[in-house]
Order: sequence, then C-alpha cells, then structure tokens
Amino acid sequence: MVESESPDRVTDVSTESARVVWVFVILAILAATQAFGFLTSPPDRDMGHLQKIMYVHVPAAWNAFLAFVVVLAASVLYLWKRDDRYDLLAASAAEVAAVLTALTIALGSIWGRPTWGVWWTWDPRLTSTAILLIIIVGYLALRGFVDEPERRARWSAAVGILGALNVPIVYMSVRWWRTLHQPQSSPSTVDPAYAWGLRLNAIAFLLVMIYLVRARYRAARLERIPEMAAEREALSGSVKNV
Amino acid sequence: MLRGANLTVRPGEVVAILGRNGSGKTTLLRIIATLLRPTRGTGVILGLDLARDGDAVRRRVALLGHTNAIYPDLTAAENLAFALRMLGRPADRAVIENALGAIGLPGEADTRVRGFSAGMQRRLALARVGLLDPRLLLLDEPYSSLDPEGAELVTARIAKMRDAGGSAMVVTHDVVRARRIADRVVALDGGRVVPCGPNDYPFNGGATELSALGGEG
Amino acid sequence: MGVREAVSRVLAVAWKDLLTERRTKAGFNGVVFMSATTLLMFGFALGPDPAAIRAAAVGMLWLTVLLSGALAFNRSYELEAEAGAFDALLMYPGGRWAIFAGKLLANLAFVLLVEAITVPLAAVLYDLPVLAPLPGLITVLLLGTVGFVTLGTYYAAMASRVRAREVLLPLLLFPMLVPLLVAAVGATKAVLVGDPMGHGAGWIKLIAAFDIIFLVGTFMTFEYVVGE
Repeated sequence: MVESESPDRVTDVSTESARVVWVFVILAILAATQAFGFLTSPPDRDMGHLQKIMYVHVPAAWNAFLAFVVVLAASVLYLWKRDDRYDLLAASAAEVAAVLTALTIALGSIWGRPTWGVWWTWDPRLTSTAILLIIIVGYLALRGFVDEPERRARWSAAVGILGALNVPIVYMSVRWWRTLHQPQSSPSTVDPAYAWGLRLNAIAFLLVMIYLVRARYRAARLERIPEMAAEREALSGSVKNV
Repeated sequence: MLRGANLTVRPGEVVAILGRNGSGKTTLLRIIATLLRPTRGTGVILGLDLARDGDAVRRRVALLGHTNAIYPDLTAAENLAFALRMLGRPADRAVIENALGAIGLPGEADTRVRGFSAGMQRRLALARVGLLDPRLLLLDEPYSSLDPEGAELVTARIAKMRDAGGSAMVVTHDVVRARRIADRVVALDGGRVVPCGPNDYPFNGGATELSALGGEG
Repeated sequence: MGVREAVSRVLAVAWKDLLTERRTKAGFNGVVFMSATTLLMFGFALGPDPAAIRAAAVGMLWLTVLLSGALAFNRSYELEAEAGAFDALLMYPGGRWAIFAGKLLANLAFVLLVEAITVPLAAVLYDLPVLAPLPGLITVLLLGTVGFVTLGTYYAAMASRVRAREVLLPLLLFPMLVPLLVAAVGATKAVLVGDPMGHGAGWIKLIAAFDIIFLVGTFMTFEYVVGE
C-alpha cells in the first residue's frame, strides 16, 4: 500500500469557496444548455414536446457510460499500482454511474409511456442499460459487504474489470436478440435538428458528472483520514530490539 | 494489529513468541507465510524478499495454524495424497504410510477423517506439514487440544527442524513449554516485538529478518 | 517439470472436490431435485396450454440450469472453509490459477451431470424433440455451461467468503450471464426447433467468444481474488 499524500489540502477554506463558485457555474451552464435545447428544437412528429426529455436522458446515458469507463481504468490502475486512491476513484465513479444509469432508465420509461402506452418497451438499449445498472449495483453491494480495505479494493477492481468487459457484449447480444424478432421501438435521436442540443447538454452533464465524482472522491478520502492518521501515529515509534 | 514489529531469526534457531490475544501473533505468522500483505515494512525470509519472491518463500515455509487443513470426507491417505500432488510429487503409497507411521497413526490410512478425534486430526495436520519439508516452520498455538503424546510429536518435529538447520517460530500461550523448546523467547506487546528473558541478544544479522512490519489481520 | 507439476495440481484440486462431492452426495441430489422442481414450477406458471409451454420451453430449460447450477458454486469454497484448508491451499507452491482451474473442472463436471438429468426431464415435461439434433444440442449445452461455470466459480471465490453469500452470488453472477442466456436460448431453439434464417451459427459464435473472453479475464485476475 502506498502512502497517500497529505489530505490536509481538501479542507482548505479557499478551496471551499472555489467549490461553491464551481457549483454555480456548472448549474448555470446546465440551465443554459437545457434552455437551448428546449427553445431550438422543433416538436417531434410523433411525440411532441415530450421529445425534449431526451436532453436529459441521452446525456445522462452517455455520461453514465463514461463513468463506467473511469471505473474500468481506475480498477486496472489499482491492481497495477496498488494505490488506494485509484480504488476510491473507482468507487466514486461507480456511485455516480449508478445514479446516472438509474436516471437514464427512469426517463426512458417515462418517455415510452405516453408514446406506446407501456412503461417498458424491451428496447435493446434500455434493457441493456438496466442490466448495466444491476452490474453496478452488484459492484457496490460487494463493496458494502467487505470491511477490510485492501481486500475490498482488490475484489472491487476484479469485479469492475470483468463487468466493464461485459458491457459491449451485453449491448451487442441484447440488440441482436431484439432485432431478430421485432423492429426497433426506440425513439430516434439522430435527427440533425437535435444534434447541437444533444452535444451541448452532453458537455453540461459531463461537467456535472466530473463534479459529482470529485465530490464523492473527496468525501471518501476524508473518511480515510482518521484511519491513516492512527496508523501513522502508531508506527512512528519503532522499538529497537533483538 | 501489528505496528512496527522487528524480529530476526537465525537458521537452526527456534523462537517462541508469546503474547495476549489480539497482539498480532497470528498476523505476524500470516505475513511471513505470504498470506497477508504487510501495510508497511520489509521482510527477508531465508534470504528472499517477502514482497517480490512470494512463491519462492511459500516453497520453503509451512504454517501450522489454528485449523488443521484436513478434509473430513477424505481418508487420511487421500488427504496426504492430495498434499503430495499439490507439491508436484507422485502420491506414493509408501511415502504416505511412512508419514502416517511417524505421527502414530499407522493403521488409519483408509479411514475417513470425520471419524478421527481432535487429537488425531491435529496429528494428521502435522503429517501434512511434514510432507511439505519446510526450512522455516511457523506454528500457531500447536499445543492446544493435543494429548501429551501429540505434544511430544510437535516438540520432536521442532527439534528435527533445528537439527536439520531449519528454523521455527512458535506462537504459544504456554510459557513453560516456550522456554523449554525455544532458543529465544520474545513477546508481542502493543503490536511490537519485545525481548523477554535472559536468552535474548542484540540484532546480529541472520537468515530471516523483519523490519518495522505493520499489518492488519 | 513445470507443466507437469501444474497439471498435477489442477487435477488434484478437481479430484479432491469431486471425491468429496461423491462421498457426501447431499449436494448433488439436492441440486437435481431443485432443478426438477424448478422445471415443474415453470410448467405450472406458464401452462397448462401446451402451446404456451412449448413456446417457453427452451427458455425455461436454460433458466432452470442456471438457477440450480448456481447452487454448486459456493459449495466448492465452503468445502475449504469447513476444513480450515483455505490457507493451506494458498500456500502450496505454484500459481493460484491452478486452484481456479481445478475447481472450475470439478464444477463443470458437476453441472454437466445435473444437466444430463435435467435435459431429458425437460424433454419429457415440455415435449422437446431432443433426440434427432442431439450432437448439436450437446455442443450448445457444453459451450454454454463452460461460460456459466467459469463465471460462477470465479464470483463464488468472493461471495462464499462474505456474509449474505446466497444473495451476493446471484447478484454478481446473473447480470453477467445475460448475453450467455440470450445466445444459449437462441442457439438451442435453432438446434431443436429449426433454424430457417440461419441464426444458430451466429449465436454459437457469440457463446464461444463469451467463453474465451471470460476464461482469459478470470484466469488473469484470479490471483487478486484469492491472494493478497
């Protein structure tokens, strides 16, 4: 285990106020991009203004995916370098990914209800995302059950890597499974009228995601301070014997 | 929990480790056995680095812990055969019967272990460790639940280690026995190794050294 | 010497696990009865219309295999915990992947044996024409079971050592098996019921790819799951 850098900086007062400013900036950007999406996109032929729900649904999905990539990278880095910080980063990203994925699914369901009259359409992307959510929940449950930090980090990294490996396989197989039987039933998001709105909102959500991951990561590091300090203090006086 | 344990064991030496429950005795043995990764510090076991040469260390170290590592639904012979195969050696019947004879269970080769008494199971565990033929023997409370004959077998095993130029580290509560079988007695107190008794001498360099070992087990 | 030693260790672990299983038998019998019960319950839930049952038959068969087979995986490690042998197992020389390989082989034999009883039973209960396409069916069963047992043996190495293991193993394992389930059902249907559009080959390739990817992934990371 590598000695982590001093975490004193995270409680610095000036960093605190800088963080508040960032929150305002990010929320402002998000509000701006959402407004842009609302105002510039024409109502969809089938769904009317409900289509605008995709300005949250799609960016949430993209960023959930990105968070999952962070989990994969941090897991690999942990097993390679054995630095606790990578484990905390992976866990933070996984939590954020879980939230974003749940949001994606909820919005997808809400979107489908007025359109097709059902709460769930077995659309391949939605279904695959549901499985992805359960994989992330499994990862978090495992972390919840293991108390020893080193074992928890090792196991999470292993589970995270295998889970990430499976994501493309799940999406591919479920899509093939669906298209063999019925035509695609998900709303199209490729109309160029929507493209800019989607891209801008994706970036806004990216900022939100980064902020959330960093906040969670900082909290996790703070949780570790008392543990690490106790250890440092106990080991500072070594006994010369034998 | 270990906090900065320093210890040196020389070849042909038997060290007894005393200590209250929770003092880190088991943690120390498990770290040497490469079953636990120390949170800090270094260990040199028989000239090999604990962190880098884990597999080589495992080939030369054996741990007799609290549990026996004996499968109750297999026979005594099958248990030893498994151990031999895991060592990459053929499961030679003669070798197995020899080992069983050495620990006083000659006729029980084909009996399922589930029928054995606690003492018999412990002896079988000793036989398994004997097959491993280690250069450093780690024993965690080896005398608990053993009849006097069994205890003699453990002491004889430790003596055999010493005579062959190997070393042993024995964790025990039994202060009297510790002084009788060990060349040197130390204690783990507050997670650190503390010398105790007239048998101690200063750090001298040797085949097994641990410095500032920390760990949580 | 290295290769022979490794093979000896893999086979020793497999032999030990299977011998213990044969001596106790409780595990195998329990799982077989579990699968029979599950097949019946599916029938009750989806029937009694034979057409409905026939339509769902292949899916019900694979679900039964997964649900009952999963019972085997934690047992493999509980065996070590009961004997207090986990440490000793890890201390034998050589790579820990051999332990994984041995347990994988033992679990594979176990689950295949359960399938040898479950599949004929399903054929009877659900009126499945299994005799004609037997070679194809066996191929699909084999390939699917390999992927299933690989991931099951892997996750059980962790799940069996924490509390609430009966909940954690399915939670970790089943979402990962979705591609396998979908492909296995598709391939089995193609083999048993007919494959007018030739999708069967594609599904089988997916299963094979899944198997290879996760065999590699699990073997490469097993050390981190049992070692320190």
